[in-house]
Amino acid sequence: MAYSKNRPVYLNLLQIRFPAPAVLSILHRVSGVLMVLALPVAVGLLDHSLRDPESFAQVRGWLSSIPARLAFVLLGWALAHHVLAGIRFLLLDMDLLMQRAPARSSAWAVNLLGAAAALAVLGGVL
Amino acid sequence: MTRPFQGLRAWLLQRVTAVYLALFLLYVLGRIWISPPVDFGAWRAWVAQPMVSAMLALSFVMLLGHAWVGVRDVLLDYVPNLRLRVALLTLVAVSLIYLGIWFGSILVRTLGS
Repeated sequence: MAYSKNRPVYLNLLQIRFPAPAVLSILHRVSGVLMVLALPVAVGLLDHSLRDPESFAQVRGWLSSIPARLAFVLLGWALAHHVLAGIRFLLLDMDLLMQRAPARSSAWAVNLLGAAAALAVLGGVL
Repeated sequence: MTRPFQGLRAWLLQRVTAVYLALFLLYVLGRIWISPPVDFGAWRAWVAQPMVSAMLALSFVMLLGHAWVGVRDVLLDYVPNLRLRVALLTLVAVSLIYLGIWFGSILVRTLGS
């Protein structure tokens, strides 16, 4: 494709205005990668919790530590955002929400509900 | 990558596993809501039920498939260097398979106890 060498190129991330669906999409990826990274830890905890009563109590202790509570908030957000954004993508596959206004308002709803879920988990673990 | 429908298969796998995992999540949240595992005995007894074990095994396979397609998409998009990309994809694949074997061995051990 031919284009001018003087075309304006804006790669300053602070100048690019991301519409809500773009924010939703990149957070869908970020949340997915976060959960994949957490997966080995989760399997390790499951392994230990199923060994004997002492190990179970140990896992319970670890999970109530401050770092674990913060991880719960982060992963709670990741799961909520990922699932809700995923449902929205499935609706898009069915040709729903294809107009700009519903596409944007549903993206706003998902982004805000993800944040709300994080706050709910925060309230739960405090 | 000369096979036809290569991308379509990944696309379909991602969606089938996504719907399954969403339903599984609903089940797990409902189960925890109704009766959270109170102690070690209840926790192990729940996992050791053959139906629960089978469902967990199926769910973990679905999860690994979903994770694989997702991480594969991310690496294909952001790692243009072919050697590095293949190395990372291999690392991810081996890690996911390892996690699957680990998870399976936990279930087998719990079933037998």
